[in-house]
Amino acid sequence: MTKSFPDRLLSLFSWICAMFLISSVSIILGFLILKGYKAVNLELIFSDVRPLDALLLRQRVFGGLLPAMTGTVFLIVLSMALAVPLGLASGIFLSEYASSKIKWIFSLTFDILSGIPSIVVGLFGFSITVFLHHYFNERIFPCLLISALSLSFLVLPYIIRTTQISLESLPLSLRLTAPALGATKRQNIFFVLLPSSLSGIISGIVLAMGRCAEDTAVIMLTGAVATAGIPKSIFSGFEALPFYIYYMAAEYSHPSELRKAYGAALLLLIICSALFIFSYWIKNTLKTKHFTGHNSL
Amino acid sequence: MDFQDRFFRSLFLGASALSALVTVAVLCFMVLLCLPVLKLDFIRHVLTAPWSPGQGQFGILPMMAGTICIAFLSLVISFPISLGCSFFIEILKPKGKGNLLKKLVQFMTAIPTVIYGFVGVFLLVPFIREIFAYGSGMCILSASLMLGLLISPTLILFFSQSFSRVPQSYLNAVDALGGTTWQKLYHVILPHAWKGMLTGIVLAFGRAMGDTLIALMISGNAVVMPSSLLDSARTLTAHIALIFAADFDSMEFKILFISGIVLYMMTSLGILFTRGLDRKGPA
Repeated sequence: MTKSFPDRLLSLFSWICAMFLISSVSIILGFLILKGYKAVNLELIFSDVRPLDALLLRQRVFGGLLPAMTGTVFLIVLSMALAVPLGLASGIFLSEYASSKIKWIFSLTFDILSGIPSIVVGLFGFSITVFLHHYFNERIFPCLLISALSLSFLVLPYIIRTTQISLESLPLSLRLTAPALGATKRQNIFFVLLPSSLSGIISGIVLAMGRCAEDTAVIMLTGAVATAGIPKSIFSGFEALPFYIYYMAAEYSHPSELRKAYGAALLLLIICSALFIFSYWIKNTLKTKHFTGHNSL
Repeated sequence: MDFQDRFFRSLFLGASALSALVTVAVLCFMVLLCLPVLKLDFIRHVLTAPWSPGQGQFGILPMMAGTICIAFLSLVISFPISLGCSFFIEILKPKGKGNLLKKLVQFMTAIPTVIYGFVGVFLLVPFIREIFAYGSGMCILSASLMLGLLISPTLILFFSQSFSRVPQSYLNAVDALGGTTWQKLYHVILPHAWKGMLTGIVLAFGRAMGDTLIALMISGNAVVMPSSLLDSARTLTAHIALIFAADFDSMEFKILFISGIVLYMMTSLGILFTRGLDRKGPA
């Protein structure tokens, strides 16, 4: 079948665009891998300290990425601890309890929240700090806790949305089974609906973890600093991988520092890709299990 | 409803209200902290004057212009490419390759923005500097190119989603009538999908305005009204990140919050607009 001229043009245009996108992404990733792969080794993370000593805090790591990595991990864990319960509960409310009018209003606010630029969320965290510093305690400064709190605001709408969507997309037959057998609404939610939509919810949470790991704008206003060592408490300043990359790109003074920055960038990319792939895997493998097999409660 | 059911209902309601409160609190806190200077005269001054704190001028007009310029240009760059890619994914679908491209696009959403900025500094900026042999290479064009790449997943995913929502029976009808792919696209798909596409464009524009790191790292951050693509410019987001005044009472400090309010308003308006699109009938 011969194609008409507009069809061939359309096809050519699409191919060019697709190739352009693929090559741009490949250039970015390739550049980073090429420049960074030599730097990614144990020395990048632990400097000249023995890994075991560093992990057991027997020896402090200077010049390695360990403090930045622990800072990022602490950030992820803390902000998830704050955002997940709130997000889950809100998602459940929207999907299971809210009337359509309330749902409309709430989801509009959550949409606005997810649209707020991350630097503004950071500014919010910063203003909370300033407020507390002036009116409550002079010793309150930007710190890990404030950063994690701000990050949790940033990812809250994602968690709410994925929870709501996973619950709403459950088939009606599954939704009605337990109430038909006399279960209360609460029992239905906790023993049937939540376990069945777990794959979607968890994959959403993992994606949110990726956002916490990569976001720079929020933490640069709320406590990330260039050198802090491994954070001692949640009220101290901290280092984080994305901030380190940003800082080094502007302030590096020696080729060896630049090499480390490449290594850090590659490391962050690997972490974020791993989280993305993990979330994808959870979504696909667990989901099929739930609907073809029997639901284990 | 027994007691437990009511308890959980109020618990979940409370959580939602708290989450919604965050949205409101972000705005309220910013307004609160610059309340002393929020007078009509001063707002007019801020929105129209240039920025030179030394002479008592605290206008954020250059930053607003920088934000709009960079965001708009990135959209102009990204739009045709995203359109082509979503044609490729949803309409051309060459033997499984469409799905492959879609996976790549989804993966792009996981690439940290600081990585785009970092590669921009060490690859794109020198490249632009070499080609145009002008300035440092840190300019509106560099930032828009990178930003265009950053927002393309948003555009592509929204475009292909709206394409895929066109009922299959309509597409079959065109095929049965012997229509070409182009005719199918022009007469059936685009008229059906434009609302969803517009939503994607508005949200992508919001993302471009709200991004900090790319503009901060590769647009040069000069506070001037942008006049050419190769000029350096500063966005509102970068302005917030750069002016980190420790002095609580200083004017620079208050301006931070005004910049924040402006950004908040602009992105919220975008969201409200997409909501309005959604409400008027099915897309």
